[in-house]
Amino acid sequence: MNSLAEPRWWEKFLWPVAASALFLAVWHYSVIYSATKVFPSPLAVERGLAELARKGLLWAYIGDSLRRVALGYGMAAVIGVPLGLTLGWYPAANQVVNPVLQMLRPISPIAWIPVSIVLFGVGDLTAVFLIFLAAFFPIVVACVSGVPNVPTIFRRAGRNLGLTAPQLLARVVFPAALPQIIVGLRLALGIAWLVMVAAEMIAVDSGLGYLVIDARNSGKRYDLVVAAMLTIGVIGLALDLCFRRLRNIRSVRWGFPQ
Amino acid sequence: MPLTESVTTPAATKLSAQHVHMTFTRDGKSTPVLNDVTLEVAKGEFLCIVGPSGCGKSTLLSAIGGFLSPTGGEIRIDGQPVSGPDPRRIFVFQERGVFPWLTVEGNIEFGLFKLPRAERQRRIAHYIEMVGLVGFEKAYPAELSGGMKQRLEVARALAVNPDMLLLDEPFGALDSITRLIMRGELLRIWREERNTVIFVTHDIDEAVQLADRVAVMSGRPANIQQIVNIDIPHPRDLSSPRYLELRNGILTQLGLAHQV
Repeated sequence: MNSLAEPRWWEKFLWPVAASALFLAVWHYSVIYSATKVFPSPLAVERGLAELARKGLLWAYIGDSLRRVALGYGMAAVIGVPLGLTLGWYPAANQVVNPVLQMLRPISPIAWIPVSIVLFGVGDLTAVFLIFLAAFFPIVVACVSGVPNVPTIFRRAGRNLGLTAPQLLARVVFPAALPQIIVGLRLALGIAWLVMVAAEMIAVDSGLGYLVIDARNSGKRYDLVVAAMLTIGVIGLALDLCFRRLRNIRSVRWGFPQ
Repeated sequence: MPLTESVTTPAATKLSAQHVHMTFTRDGKSTPVLNDVTLEVAKGEFLCIVGPSGCGKSTLLSAIGGFLSPTGGEIRIDGQPVSGPDPRRIFVFQERGVFPWLTVEGNIEFGLFKLPRAERQRRIAHYIEMVGLVGFEKAYPAELSGGMKQRLEVARALAVNPDMLLLDEPFGALDSITRLIMRGELLRIWREERNTVIFVTHDIDEAVQLADRVAVMSGRPANIQQIVNIDIPHPRDLSSPRYLELRNGILTQLGLAHQV
């Protein structure tokens, strides 16, 4: 088979499944040969997952984590996209806001933990706020830099057809920059999912991040720690795959060379 | 009375450019592009502007469209000074101007947002039919050929009922066969709609085939060297002595030899 041939349907699954099986095998035998008392084997993790599911904790925690990310990330997108487009559109506004933005951007959301606890207390709001911060800056930056990339010809055509400045922003600049915005949104979702773990470790007593720290603190249950880690990884991957499908929407597909 | 296609009848002035100057300044260096351009275009006329590439043809057209303001002189349309872009005069780019995120229908509908729904639907159907894109209503520009995109852009422009069309080398990116077909299509549409058309091209044949009058521009800084009346009725015979004579006259005016 040469590289130009269409892969058969089962070949798409063969390699990921084979690689996962190899990974599990290496993990399993490493645990046996090293005779570790701390690190769990895949089977122990599987039993841990089953135990969590039986207690009803697994789905509840997944739900809590997803809810917090949806809230924080959603707010970041709803505020960040219009803000970023407006800043990109008015260079004068950008010059005022940009220094502040650039200074806040490199600060890890983790560094905001004390401040957000003072502002919102220990609880859901703090976790949501930290996730919001994590997603907000990449989204704004993607939108600001997307605007100058919109070809002049599209803006001219929009103005020529009678659009006012706000209409031009909504009906020309936004759709023209959308492929680039989607790239920024995808990046931001990845970061939000990372920060969710840290946020839940300190601010709340539910969710996958809380599960990691709680399993370790209450009885050194490393099987549950690894079970939580794997769950976080699988859901993160699934979210990213969903996001990648967005580029197949017909009104943005033009922006992604196939 | 026989119908003739020639424009010997005097018509009202649509556009009047008086002593237009344009100078671009960049890095403290100023480059004069247009030097005292004076031009009158009649209502319903088809005017072609030809000239060497980079001479300022597109700059003049952008100024007429209201995208640039001249550094000297004045451009008036229907007696009013041009102060910005206006849906009554639509600028048609090469096919790069269609919006890739909208379907054929969506592109044509784009400028119709002030109209009631029924009227929008009527115009979409009418102009899709006129430019021959029936069956492609739901297609996206990426799925169309260059010539189809160009027709779509013309349809989008016509749908807002402009009284002027400003075309900037609209067929420049098309292959020569498609270009010939598009010229015929444009003439047919122009006869139906009777807009005033200003058509910028560097192709002298194209200008002589299409225009009522051809304005010949000099090299930069440009002014109008000569305006040639093309007194051949449509459809034009491209091998007639008069066609060749007019074409050669323009070539000579531009200082180009007749042999390659």
